[in-house]
Amino acid sequence: MGTLTTEVARLSLVITIGGMPVRVNTTDPTFLTMLQDRYAGYVFSSGEAEIEFDVEIAAHSFADPDADVRVSQHDGRWTLERGDFRAEWEPSQRHGWIRQTANPYSIDAVLRIVHTLILARQGGFLLHSASAIRNGKAFLFAGVSEAGKTTISRLAPPDVTLLTDEISYVRKQNGGYFAYGTPFTGELAKLGENVSAPVSALYLLAKGSENRIDSVTPGEATRSLLANLLFFAEDEELVQATFHSAFEFVNRVPVSRLTFVPDQRVWELIR
Amino acid sequence: MTKLYVARNPRVAARSLDGEMMIMSGRDSTLFTLNKTATILWQSADGNTPLNEIVEQRICAEFAVEPVTALQDAESLARELANHEILKISEEPIAQGTLADGAQR
Repeated sequence: MGTLTTEVARLSLVITIGGMPVRVNTTDPTFLTMLQDRYAGYVFSSGEAEIEFDVEIAAHSFADPDADVRVSQHDGRWTLERGDFRAEWEPSQRHGWIRQTANPYSIDAVLRIVHTLILARQGGFLLHSASAIRNGKAFLFAGVSEAGKTTISRLAPPDVTLLTDEISYVRKQNGGYFAYGTPFTGELAKLGENVSAPVSALYLLAKGSENRIDSVTPGEATRSLLANLLFFAEDEELVQATFHSAFEFVNRVPVSRLTFVPDQRVWELIR
Repeated sequence: MTKLYVARNPRVAARSLDGEMMIMSGRDSTLFTLNKTATILWQSADGNTPLNEIVEQRICAEFAVEPVTALQDAESLARELANHEILKISEEPIAQGTLADGAQR
């Protein structure tokens, strides 16, 4: 008599962003290959993970694909929802699950959200900004869409290591702030290097007719930083933690306005 | 005339920077920057001091403004801040238990 069940091979990999290893389990080899391509440079086939997600691949989208993201917490369990995915994550168990179709965008959103939640408790954040390392120091270039994040990334000279042209990863470590490379790309469509360095400055980007750096008031710096933070959770405690983290960051890291024309000379100011 | 009492909502995060008070709603992450008058109102909103006393002792003392006009303006401002759930308003003193301002630094 034949067996009534078939054992399905569980495939997994570890995606390490910001020094935080997240194991992703799936039974779909095509999806695994998709993740290996999407997160090249951030993927490890083995190793300890801080968090583990089981991904269930659905054949079809199961909700309104245009629905906004919703992130809420109840009794220590986070629920993450968007039109194209639903996920749950229980930090105390270091485990969660994701239900989505076989695409890299849904899990990308889940990873961003999970990292913002982890960072919020540690005094760090994800920021709408390009970032790069030069001379061992990390520089952040913040701005909304069209502010010039991708442009300044494209203009970077060869001695600059790009961390991202879209979303920067900032961790509070050893009494300071470190910027990490991310696979979260903008128009440049190029993954950042998976390296880190202490943050030396945050520049608020503005396009103009000359290259120059101007000081900004602490209030403007804080408002601009808060305006560019990625944060999704409907959670008062984490909102308050993130708010105070922005003030701490501005207290410790120089924030200026960088006005630039789109040519490489702007990098003469960044050292 | 009915007295109004105002209290800071403990569910918002607030911080002063170079005399500028910034407040973020914990509910929807909206950021507010308070002007000087609103900052005085926020700092004085202990739930026990009637609004008219705050206006007389703090706002009129700081700005050259008629008390009647100042009270009208302050009441309007307090109601606006209450609409954003930054302040609580009541015709009775507001109990201390609802005033924990652990979020404020």
